[in-house]
Amino acid sequence: MADYTEMWRNLGLNLENHAGLLAVLSEGYKNIYLSQKGRPKGMEYFDFVISEVHGLRIKEVSDAKRAGRKVVGTFCVYVPEEIVLAADGVCIGLCAGAEVGSDEAEKFIPRNTCALIKAFMGFKLAGLCPYVELTDLIVGETTCDGKKKAYEIFQNITGRVYVMEIPNMKNEESKKLWHSEVVRFKETVEAITKKTITLENLKKGASLVNGKRRALQRLSGLRAADPTPISGLDALLVNQVSFYDDPVRFTQMTNKLCEELEGRIKQGIGVSSRGARRVLISGSPMAIPNWKLHSIIEGSGAVVVGEESCVGERNFRDLLDENFSTVDEGLKKMADRYLEIDCACFTPNDERLENIKSMTKKLRADGVIHYALQFCTPYMMEAYKVEKALGKIPFMRMETDYSMEDVGQLKTRVEAFLEMVK
Amino acid sequence: MKALGIDIGSRYIKGALVEKGKGVDFKRAETSFNPLEKCNEMLNEMPADRVIATGYGRHLLEVHADIKTITEIKAFARGARAFFSNCHTIIDIGGQDTKVIALNEQGNVWKFEMNDRCAAGTGKFLEIMAKNLGYSLDEFGAKALTAHQDIQLSSMCTVFAESEVVSLTAKGVAREEIAMAIHRAIINRVASMAKRIPLQAEVVFAGGCAHNPCLKTLLAQSLKRNIQVASVPEMTGALGAALFAEEDGI
Repeated sequence: MADYTEMWRNLGLNLENHAGLLAVLSEGYKNIYLSQKGRPKGMEYFDFVISEVHGLRIKEVSDAKRAGRKVVGTFCVYVPEEIVLAADGVCIGLCAGAEVGSDEAEKFIPRNTCALIKAFMGFKLAGLCPYVELTDLIVGETTCDGKKKAYEIFQNITGRVYVMEIPNMKNEESKKLWHSEVVRFKETVEAITKKTITLENLKKGASLVNGKRRALQRLSGLRAADPTPISGLDALLVNQVSFYDDPVRFTQMTNKLCEELEGRIKQGIGVSSRGARRVLISGSPMAIPNWKLHSIIEGSGAVVVGEESCVGERNFRDLLDENFSTVDEGLKKMADRYLEIDCACFTPNDERLENIKSMTKKLRADGVIHYALQFCTPYMMEAYKVEKALGKIPFMRMETDYSMEDVGQLKTRVEAFLEMVK
Repeated sequence: MKALGIDIGSRYIKGALVEKGKGVDFKRAETSFNPLEKCNEMLNEMPADRVIATGYGRHLLEVHADIKTITEIKAFARGARAFFSNCHTIIDIGGQDTKVIALNEQGNVWKFEMNDRCAAGTGKFLEIMAKNLGYSLDEFGAKALTAHQDIQLSSMCTVFAESEVVSLTAKGVAREEIAMAIHRAIINRVASMAKRIPLQAEVVFAGGCAHNPCLKTLLAQSLKRNIQVASVPEMTGALGAALFAEEDGI
């Protein structure tokens, strides 16, 4: 990796802490990712992206900023990326997947806050996230109480937080509210980018994001093969990278990876033997570099075949209908498309149960592990309904955070679950 | 043919030697700071044709001696059925985790509950509290049973409970009364875990803590069930692993 010290200093990062973070990340990546056997060649690109996660990509985004483009940071798949891209902005999912800066974060928020919220506060407060430093706008959303209140504090710290109101129900009134929120977001993006969203650039944004979704859908479909051509860890990584890579390049490289995987399937090549136990993970998002559960499961000889998660299926399941002829119509369709997302912040949320059942079937999963971040009440609560809905399909619920202290117990639980599934 | 099961727990390593489906020899050693050495000693003392390791430290033997492993949950299921052929529920209070396991008719694991990272309600908690009160682990349960009052500990957290015990001692409360409160706190915790899965007879209390008469009595009261305890309950996991090793099926 080139020397980016100057760039990091200019961004105001804490250089000492940051060097420590990169060292841990690179060591963890080596142990968890590079030690895997039989990886597709197409993963080399994603290995490269990770090795340059705070390097080349930051330089690219900095260059884009210098060329007048605006950077929008997000934390949720509800934020319409199409609008950001239509205004020639850069959309980045912000750092929230590692246990860093907890001490700093706990000066502002309670100890028993979910790891993801603590992490996005911690990353910023400890001076570890170059992306957040590059943002012109940070978009929050009202998906859960923890995030909602944390954004108020985050606004005090950064001064550039904008919150979208996500309804909690999906009735006609809620749809109206959400539609008006999408319109308000469009106006906000126009104001900060000083660009007008036109039919033409909105269509372009829509097509870019749909392209990315199609590539991710294609990848997801290929994981149904037995033996599965790609590990769950690698597929998770591709999904994580989708949140901050350049969308055109990402789509291209993911499709290239899929071509290779299609070849593998034809030849019967897989990352595990045929008949290996197949696990679907369902629940809270796994922000990069949270690879904890996947590495425990795959380290126990099973393979993860899907993520019913925001970093996963919920991000790409539904395409936007690109057949619109005015900006207003496009925004309307966009609002409809986003309101299809079955986040646990909605009540009721029975679509999610149906989606989990259909994914289990489609991906030929032998069992479902329900993953909730500790203190992520919406998903912790829904675990009960998911278990009921799955009936006889083997099911286990798991609550954990980013720390490593419970790995021994989790490993025992996962292995015992796999013994039951066998 | 002899088969050995080694159960590497957080406090003790247990070995069970099996011949023709029967346990013929049992050994126990403290896990210590060098569990691998202890395991090797046991492998030498109890020579066997086949070995399976289980318990928290099972992967140690998988890595260093290429020995197959199963989880203690699966091992306990098999071992408990060997002790009690009609066992459907197993309660194990281990050194660092507590488990409740439900078995189906065939004796396979059907559901299980296990505590997460916290030491509350585990054998380690019991050990720390016995030491604080100046009891040996062997006498702790029997002394607790001599209590007459109904004192409750408000916290199950090892750290908070410890300070609560200190303040009860300072108030002059007799130590057997405090001992009883500690046992009751553990059983409350275990019972609430047990109630998350359908309890079916027979209920077997396995693991080293099953030697403690107070825990057994309180468990029976709390679950309103008859509780079975084997003569060597701490060997349940090792025996189960040995039986799997003997039939070479895991």
